[in-house]
Amino acid sequence: MAMTKSTAGTLAHAAPLHGRPHELFNALRGIARELRADKLGAFGTMILLVLVIVAIAAPALAPYDPAAQSLADRLLPPAWLAGGSPAHWLGTDHLGRDVLSRTIHGARVSLLVGVAVVALAGTFGTVLGLVAGYFGGRADTIIMRAVDIQVAFPALLLALIILTVVKPTPGTLVIVLAANGWMVYARLVRGVVLSSRQSLYVEAAEIVGCRPLRVIFRHVLPNLTSPLVTLATLEFARIVLAEAALSFLGLGVQPPATSWGLDVAAGKNYIFDAWWLVTVPGTAIALTVLSINLVASWIRIATDPRERQKRFARGAAVSEMGA
Amino acid sequence: MSAAAAEGPLLQVKGLQVRYFTERGTIEASRGVTLHLDRGETLGLVGESGSGKSVTSQAILGLIREPGRIVAGDIVWKGRSLLAADGAAYARRVRGKEIALVFQDPMTSLNPVFTIGLQITEVLRHHLKLGRRAASDRAAELLDLVGISAPRQRLAQYPHELSGGMRQRALIAMALSCEPELLVADEPTTALDVTIQAQILELLGSLQQRLGLSILLITHDLGVVAALCHRVAVIYAGRIVETGRAADLFARPAHPYTMGLLRSTPRIDVVRPRLVAIDGTPPDLSHPPAGCAFHTRCPIATDACMAEAPSLVPQAGGRTVACWRAFTPAWPGEAANRRARG
Amino acid sequence: MTMMTTTTAPLVEVQNLSVHYAARGGGWLGRRIRPITAVEDVSFAIFPGETLGLVGESGSGKSTTGRAILRRIDSITGRILFRGRDITQVRGEALRRLRRHVQMIFQDPYASLNPRMTVLELVAEPLVVHGLARGEAAEPRVASLLALVGLPESAMERYPHEFSGGQRQRIGIARALALEPDFIVADEAVSALDVSIRAQIVNLLGDLQARLNLAYLFIAHDLSVVRHISHRIAIMYAGKLVELADRDAIFRQPLHPYTRALLSAILIPDPQIQQQRRRIVLTGEIPSPAAPPSGCRFHTRCAHATAKCRAEAPPFEEKTPGHFAACWAA
Repeated sequence: MAMTKSTAGTLAHAAPLHGRPHELFNALRGIARELRADKLGAFGTMILLVLVIVAIAAPALAPYDPAAQSLADRLLPPAWLAGGSPAHWLGTDHLGRDVLSRTIHGARVSLLVGVAVVALAGTFGTVLGLVAGYFGGRADTIIMRAVDIQVAFPALLLALIILTVVKPTPGTLVIVLAANGWMVYARLVRGVVLSSRQSLYVEAAEIVGCRPLRVIFRHVLPNLTSPLVTLATLEFARIVLAEAALSFLGLGVQPPATSWGLDVAAGKNYIFDAWWLVTVPGTAIALTVLSINLVASWIRIATDPRERQKRFARGAAVSEMGA
Repeated sequence: MSAAAAEGPLLQVKGLQVRYFTERGTIEASRGVTLHLDRGETLGLVGESGSGKSVTSQAILGLIREPGRIVAGDIVWKGRSLLAADGAAYARRVRGKEIALVFQDPMTSLNPVFTIGLQITEVLRHHLKLGRRAASDRAAELLDLVGISAPRQRLAQYPHELSGGMRQRALIAMALSCEPELLVADEPTTALDVTIQAQILELLGSLQQRLGLSILLITHDLGVVAALCHRVAVIYAGRIVETGRAADLFARPAHPYTMGLLRSTPRIDVVRPRLVAIDGTPPDLSHPPAGCAFHTRCPIATDACMAEAPSLVPQAGGRTVACWRAFTPAWPGEAANRRARG
Repeated sequence: MTMMTTTTAPLVEVQNLSVHYAARGGGWLGRRIRPITAVEDVSFAIFPGETLGLVGESGSGKSTTGRAILRRIDSITGRILFRGRDITQVRGEALRRLRRHVQMIFQDPYASLNPRMTVLELVAEPLVVHGLARGEAAEPRVASLLALVGLPESAMERYPHEFSGGQRQRIGIARALALEPDFIVADEAVSALDVSIRAQIVNLLGDLQARLNLAYLFIAHDLSVVRHISHRIAIMYAGKLVELADRDAIFRQPLHPYTRALLSAILIPDPQIQQQRRRIVLTGEIPSPAAPPSGCRFHTRCAHATAKCRAEAPPFEEKTPGHFAACWAA
């Protein structure tokens, strides 16, 4: 008896795995096809991929240690300008540190903080939203009031208070930003859960005898993937900006670590003498946020069957009628 | 009336083909629909979901939207094409004014944030250029015409304050506001309760007689057709399979599909131990079968049926049938069943 | 069928069932809470292997009654018995165990199947959640269920959207049958289907009943289908039962004027018969459950209503053996 049970168990695990590589391949092909149809989305995805690679391979890519000072070479302009040196392609800052290396390493902090905050706030908000939406009643009231209070409290003020009391490390930065960001997830998830609770197949699952946890994870949660991915992407862009802002104010990443926001702050004193100090990390921030937004808008369209259908119909009808 | 009759049919649909271009393939929703409608006549267009019956009404009213396109055929109103390249202005004038539409679901086709009165007077003021007072008087008259009591008070109400039957009446009033010659009613009673359905059918019948309207009634319900229609056209898989006077067609169906449809409809006046079901499912119109589209479900299909699609051939008594084996009893007991009823 | 009802103990018994809702609305700021009685004082029994047709128009409370029996509604009074056991207050794990015996077939075969699950997962889910089979062990069981409802084994790996409406309804039926229930609530189970497909499903439900000795509560608005499938028929109007009798008695000798009007409103697909029938076209509207009429709820639309009908609600009582009606004149 025990043996049959265990073989059944392993087979159950084996069966879905069997289908997986094939499904994954199909999914990737689908994504590639979607990207071909949306040029801006493809552009955004490409930039984002480059950024991720740069962030991961920063130590290998950066020509210098980002913290290495060389006062003899301070405030060198980019290589293509008069007085520039081919050794420092994007110039140096007021302490003679290589701007290119600092920007490459800055990508690490920005993306890492962004990912960490989105993961933390997303998980926390999603769980609370699920509880509020599925169980309703008192749990719903308490959670949604907490959301209201948190939303009403000025985010920057909260960040300032916490970060002046606690030592600003990347860890505390992530926690502070997550504390300001979980509410949107909770609200979105609660809304989707409430509407999918009304759906007949959720009722059907309950009548069949599914326990609440199974109903949530098997029948409700999958409806959340597409809106959550879109929201998380947009939030990611917002967090990159917020991290830059806090670092600019001196409450984020602390020297000698690097961050785009920190570099913009340091460079602002030299804005008339050395414009590249602000412009390079500033451009990096803008490019990152722009590409994330392009990806988000592509995801929104690609996951909405009606939008896809419209886009497809135009092409197909034209080609068939023309033939 | 007699002069008009000389012009020929009021409405003609000729070889209408509509395709939907979707990611999963091109769906041939309508594959050559041909029908005509005379003045003062009620024609029932009967078919199941996906048969192309609603697509036909949408094409008549110019409501085919992306990803759908009319790829062939013509729609002729009083002898003039509504689809011709130079007919755009004519089509705009005709649709909504001479041809009006009554939808299936009155709740979704009325705007919930405006009163019934405002929604009717808006049509009157826009199409007939009536003044505010005149439009309001006319709106009350229309509500009275469709059997809504206390019409003046109703004008000030919002759609949610009316019951389903009242909303359908209001919608019919709105459709009648421009004194149309043809009313296209797409499943007008499907969303209604049985006793309310009876009221609306009676209303449509009496309006048809009093106003000399023509009605194109689109439905899946053979009972509704039997109650209201002069003529019937049966549509299957995007093609008309049979047309004829309602009494003839019900008494002696010519096409196996019509026979099957009649046999599989439960009736309260006849108890059968078992319904005769048409096996299988309607074909996928992204890959319509070769030959007659019904051959996959037809009990008397031959090789000829699989090879070549029969065209709509005139028969005695003004009927038309598209079947190689027209009038052959297709289901066991078909002949006996006919005798029992006749 | 009448024989069976007299010799066997009822499978399901509903005693004086009432369902109340509290609707917010009316009054300033929507504070006033109006009690709405969706179902009032409904009693009936369903016997093993029997189909009880429950017919009514919108607002009649027929679906609410079905949901109450399935214990999907908490605010009920009266008693619901299953095999003689009171299940009115059953909750949590005990209610979940009850689901093995009482199942449901939904109206909408499109919305009631999770689009992200394969047919195998859908039909196996009841078995999995009740610990009856899991993983590959469920496959032969699912295959035999699919065969029972007339679907090929190859359907297992496919998703609901790849099937037509009738096939989806078969999937829903296979899912309901997976737990081998004794009783199935079928709420408008064939209303959304096309005529030619509806006949297939009606026949299937009949065959399954004969093979598995199932009892159905067949909720529908269409009397012609109900006549075909039911052994006994109950008619509801505005939250109350107005008539209950053997199928043929309802059609041959309807006692309640509402039943008569309902029968006359059913269309017969034959123009010669249909256009000669004497139709009782009811005037007026179905009353709102928030403001039910006094006395007999049908009096506002009844041609024979008297002062007594307006003042006092008639009792639901046995007029002839096995034939119940609530009408002063019956």
